[in-house]
Amino acid sequence: MSEISDYRQQLLQAIQTEKATVSLMEVCGTHTMAIAKSGIRELLPPNIKLLSGPGCPVCVTSQGDIDAVIEMARQKDIVLVTFGDMMRVPGTYSSLQEERSQGADVRIAYSPLDALRVARENTDKEVVFLGIGFETTAPAIAITLEQARSEGLSNFSVFSLHKVVPPALELIFSDPNINVDGLICPGHVSVVIGVEPYEILAHKYKKPCVITGFETMDILEGIFMLLKQIKQGDAQAEIQYRRVVKREGNLVARQSIEKVFKPVEARWRGLGVIPDSGLALREEYESMDARLKFNIPDMEEMPIKGCACGEVLTGKINPPDCLLFGRACTPLNPVGPCMVSHEGSCAAYYRYTPAKGRG
Amino acid sequence: MCLGVPAKVIELMANDVARVDVNGNQTEISVRLTPEVKINEYVLVHAGFAMEIIDESIALETMQYLEELLQYE
Repeated sequence: MSEISDYRQQLLQAIQTEKATVSLMEVCGTHTMAIAKSGIRELLPPNIKLLSGPGCPVCVTSQGDIDAVIEMARQKDIVLVTFGDMMRVPGTYSSLQEERSQGADVRIAYSPLDALRVARENTDKEVVFLGIGFETTAPAIAITLEQARSEGLSNFSVFSLHKVVPPALELIFSDPNINVDGLICPGHVSVVIGVEPYEILAHKYKKPCVITGFETMDILEGIFMLLKQIKQGDAQAEIQYRRVVKREGNLVARQSIEKVFKPVEARWRGLGVIPDSGLALREEYESMDARLKFNIPDMEEMPIKGCACGEVLTGKINPPDCLLFGRACTPLNPVGPCMVSHEGSCAAYYRYTPAKGRG
Repeated sequence: MCLGVPAKVIELMANDVARVDVNGNQTEISVRLTPEVKINEYVLVHAGFAMEIIDESIALETMQYLEELLQYE
């Protein structure tokens, strides 16, 4: 594949000759990881800054919500099925992993459909799937709920902590304390939502947005497209990741989200409460809403002492600027969620930045 | 979290289930979100669901564009 490496080289050279001072933000944990792993950040000239935004669903989940999930897992006869990323996320007093070691039935699944199988095999128990993720994941949960309903599985429910990305991006653009000149938009969220939400943001805030793929070449091309727009004074929404992302997104997926979920206000770590940024189950599906079914109260927000995940998630500081980073907080002994999740900014920095750069 | 893996569809089965090949490993996924998918097409898989059909012609087009770019260098 020498053509690709030559093209990659050309893109990098074009980016390295750029003189303007520019801050670009990515808002996808998979981009955070890909950028850290590829070393792109270290290859860019000092005038081009890459910031990490609120792109990791586990990291942006509020402390109160994590505590509520842990509280639920403690209830007798509940089997909590979750994506693996959530296991080690620290709540105020415990984590799902700790609860499991204390006897709670917490299981890891790759797909929500696996949780349906658990429900079919354990009809004497209540099986709850922890629905967490952005628009990429929400359609899978929506279809799983429909499937459960059509099978009449009354012991299956979902604890929905789903969030949608555009309202958070709007908050980033409108915050005068966050300096972002362009957005590297999340490739797989955009597979579902398409380009339109970014067009609205790009025009309203006069900042370019480029939906970008995850190979090193994709990311370099995305950065190049953003720099080109900034240079020309443009503010368009473009798709770099054209082999997968369609302009209108995936209509079937969008319809299934629409059918099962309704927008509600949600609390984000670091960003606070954002209207219409969360997804709750519609009235027709309320019987499968674990929060209602098990009467889980809203929990108070208990901030983690010294943890700067909130500032990291909004690009206000880089992970090494946090006092705990690499000292009290490491992947083996994480204090905040950005160090726990494989794709959290702190974990990505810790894993791939040379020790001297870690501060 | 939003990790997606490309997979090749090798068999379409009942109830919108497809058998796919991911780097030589075979697994079953749901194709409910990509009802028009055909055998031998590549899909992007996330959490056990095909999220979108990967457009091979655009992938190839990009390769051709790269070749042209190099010729005129």
